[in-house]
Amino acid sequence: MRNNVVKLIILAIIAIICILLYGFYDIKGGFDYAFPRRMMRVGAMVITGFAIAYSTVIFQTITHNRILTPSIMGIDSMYEVVQTLIFFFAGSASIWVVNQYLNFFAALVAMIIFAILLYRTLFRADKYPIYLLLLIGMIIGTFLGSSVSFLQVLIDPVEYLSLQNVLFASFIKIKVQLLLVASIILISAFIIGFRMLHQLDVATLGRDNAINLGVNYDRLVMNVLILASVLIATSTALVGPITFFGLIVANLSYQFFVTYKHSVLILGAGLIGVIALVGGQFIVEHIFEMKTTLSVIINFIGGIYFIYLLLKESRAQG
Amino acid sequence: MIEIKGLTKKYGNKPVVSDVSLSIQPKAITSFIGPNGAGKSTLLSMVSRLIDADTGEVLLDKQNVKNWKSNEFAKRVSILRQSNFLNVRLTVRELVSFGRYPYSRGRLTPEDEQYVDQAIEYMNLKEIEDKFLDQLSGGQKQRAFIAMVIAQDTEYILLDEPLNNLDMKHSVQIMKILRKLVDELNKTVVIVLHDINFASVYSDYIVALKDGKVVKNGPTEEIINSESLREIYDMNIPVQEQNGCRICVYFNSHT
Repeated sequence: MRNNVVKLIILAIIAIICILLYGFYDIKGGFDYAFPRRMMRVGAMVITGFAIAYSTVIFQTITHNRILTPSIMGIDSMYEVVQTLIFFFAGSASIWVVNQYLNFFAALVAMIIFAILLYRTLFRADKYPIYLLLLIGMIIGTFLGSSVSFLQVLIDPVEYLSLQNVLFASFIKIKVQLLLVASIILISAFIIGFRMLHQLDVATLGRDNAINLGVNYDRLVMNVLILASVLIATSTALVGPITFFGLIVANLSYQFFVTYKHSVLILGAGLIGVIALVGGQFIVEHIFEMKTTLSVIINFIGGIYFIYLLLKESRAQG
Repeated sequence: MIEIKGLTKKYGNKPVVSDVSLSIQPKAITSFIGPNGAGKSTLLSMVSRLIDADTGEVLLDKQNVKNWKSNEFAKRVSILRQSNFLNVRLTVRELVSFGRYPYSRGRLTPEDEQYVDQAIEYMNLKEIEDKFLDQLSGGQKQRAFIAMVIAQDTEYILLDEPLNNLDMKHSVQIMKILRKLVDELNKTVVIVLHDINFASVYSDYIVALKDGKVVKNGPTEEIINSESLREIYDMNIPVQEQNGCRICVYFNSHT
């Protein structure tokens, strides 16, 4: 227990070092110009890092599976659908793109409605196992993804370029005005979710044992699915989709902290997330000199780590 | 007092438990026995609200189990199923501490710690309390889970085949502990058993199920005789008395 506190403090110190490095390194000319902008990006990275870590850890607990992320339910695909439809029908000069609030909330509302419809119609824990829900979510997600690619083929090439900008996760052209709104949503979600953490600790023992210990398990699963969707939807609407990121930070946290306590696991995963995002962005800007984007690096490392996890799990099973 | 009234559960069109009514005798060990697929585990799961019944009801103190607040119910009735796969590393003590969750909601008080200590002592786990569960043998792991249920300190303890995968020594150990729980601490134990001789030697009452129905229900000595056993298992099973225990010798029986 003490050991874990020390580890958390170390992670927090590394995260702060990353933030300071990113904030102050190589500021030439207008400090007043560059510093606030950098801090804005840092703010976005901290908040999305925590949102994705949080949603992945709680999602993996209720699915009892460590290689799933909430994106399996097709929430990210819904984001692509909304953006593509906007660009296809309204165009990049329309108010739906230019007004960032409108764009943000359109995407957010569509994603959350999609998630809630999916759960409301399909989630009957007593009748169907949760894997059925995930499988159907995955199929719908794939279907949406394919339809979107079809529209993208038809779209005007110039429009398509600006659409691609929106669909790639990026912290550089972070929508500053949206940061405040997104922060409010995410922080309230964190606080609401905080009360579920000790129930999730018990849920680690499996459905039967959790019910035995007095947890209303089916309601917990529903709450976690909705909370995870809100977190994912908000962070996706803010910076764009990041596929493997949650998987990496959650699993690193499990390996680093041997505990069932979600308060520790989530805090750890969040800090690792901040280090990865801020540190990664620093490397992208100052070492690669912006020749690549952070999401490319994350998906590259994440893909390799995912294969490692699959191999490890299959060895553990066999 | 637990009463079961007209309980029915179907999977698809196949009734697994059909129209079962009985009451559980307090401060005694009741064993559910019967052939594979008789509905013993399903019945136990419905009693402990792990699965919903299609029709019928389970009453705890005259109140439907469904209307109990989940947390309050967890202070009265505990259930342990047979498969307990974990994908997180827990020590024995951490697992046993979970038994106090209905009382402490995750923050253990000194009183809770006392219950945890007692449960660990009771199950002889003191020496291995700081070991991780995945380092333990099947028997030790099973004892750790039972210790969790003991720490939960409920009046009713329901166990679904707790002797599964255990050798003779550990099976006897666990049955003796259950006996002590009833005799010393006035608990009520309901247990699904496969080995009829453990049911015969250790339980006070036996409920025999077959094809989802209760075929026999009564004190152990009324059930453990060749006549009743033939009705339950469709086997000719001689019963022999040995040091006051009735032993069913079914190993070379003719059907």
